[in-house]
Amino acid sequence: MWKRREDETPSRPPVPPAPEPVREPAPAPPARPSEPEIPRGVAAIGKSVKIKGQIFSREDLYLDGEIEGTVEVPENRVTIGPHGRLQASVKAREVVVLGTVNGNVEASEKIDIRKEARLVGDIKTGRIVIEDGAYFKGSIDIVREAPKPQGAQPARTAPPPAQPGAPGPQATSPAPPADPKR
Amino acid sequence: MFRDRAKSVSRHGPDSQSAPGPQPVSASAEVYARHSHGLEEFFRALGPGAGLCVLDWAGASQASISFITERGFRLYSEDFYQLLETHFGPDDWYAAQQDQARAARFLEQTLPFPPASFDGALLWDMLEYLASPLLEAVLARLYQIVKRGGYMLAIFHADERVERAPVYRYRIGGPDTLWLSLREMRRPAQLFNNRAIEKLFREAHSLKFFLTRDHLREVIVRR
Repeated sequence: MWKRREDETPSRPPVPPAPEPVREPAPAPPARPSEPEIPRGVAAIGKSVKIKGQIFSREDLYLDGEIEGTVEVPENRVTIGPHGRLQASVKAREVVVLGTVNGNVEASEKIDIRKEARLVGDIKTGRIVIEDGAYFKGSIDIVREAPKPQGAQPARTAPPPAQPGAPGPQATSPAPPADPKR
Repeated sequence: MFRDRAKSVSRHGPDSQSAPGPQPVSASAEVYARHSHGLEEFFRALGPGAGLCVLDWAGASQASISFITERGFRLYSEDFYQLLETHFGPDDWYAAQQDQARAARFLEQTLPFPPASFDGALLWDMLEYLASPLLEAVLARLYQIVKRGGYMLAIFHADERVERAPVYRYRIGGPDTLWLSLREMRRPAQLFNNRAIEKLFREAHSLKFFLTRDHLREVIVRR
């Protein structure tokens, strides 16, 4: 009647599973954090290219070469790659700097200066992000967005509304030292 | 007679919560936070006026840029210490500063602004790393580029016996809070007592001193 089921086993203290042999993780390829992949569909100027003159684009640009003159990408993003050396003024919706720029930069939306970048010139932008280690010399002018009239419907291309507690359009993302313990 | 300022800095290590000096913000990043009456007074004196222009010699950092631009101010940022290193390093800075041609080039490249460009200037402790006559030349240029009635914040070591002082990277953590991270230790060109500071800024409209617990004099100079 109280026959033990076949699959039941007598209770035993749990045996820890045999340790698996520790495998050495495969050596990671040398990290190159400052060299982002060039997204497909982005017009790119390679590191061995040298251009003198005006560049105007209606699509995103990746500049990793040597440019002298002006760069204008009013509706899109310009990325100056780690090998990029610009002696130029830059005007774009968004600018990301990983290389060297000597010239004024105007980014209607945002400028992002990465840690090994070097920028000497005046910046005019809606928002700036600068990583520790980046070198910057120049003025920073934060352009405030004009307040929208009340009741107006937001345009389809308008940026999403700010998160609660997030700084206004003129504000920059905070970068306090990690883990404050004061 | 001389002693090393590093000793008094190291007293305020990560575990010394009650220590009077800089308090650690992040052990890994070696960033210390300290209260600054001088900073508080500097921005209080500047007031809320949007469009004011501030010169910051500490070099660009996200914290300082955010703090200054969120007040509606325009910021000119340069890493004055790095420029000193570039122009006068790597050997004896103070000997190199005696070279008139190098000093003139330094002035041209560092302070190339038209008169009355700034409403305020954050000089931090950089004046201590300038030897005469470059120090006087930099001050004369500062008097030109800071508007009459504008303000400058300068920091001096109060302990006149230090041989080498910690050179910090200053970031603004809040209206009365500085975040400091150590760059290196260096012998200042000269150390200033109150009388020497008054003499240095003899052309200023007024001076206001704040003696901090970590042996610094914060001085607000009204142009």
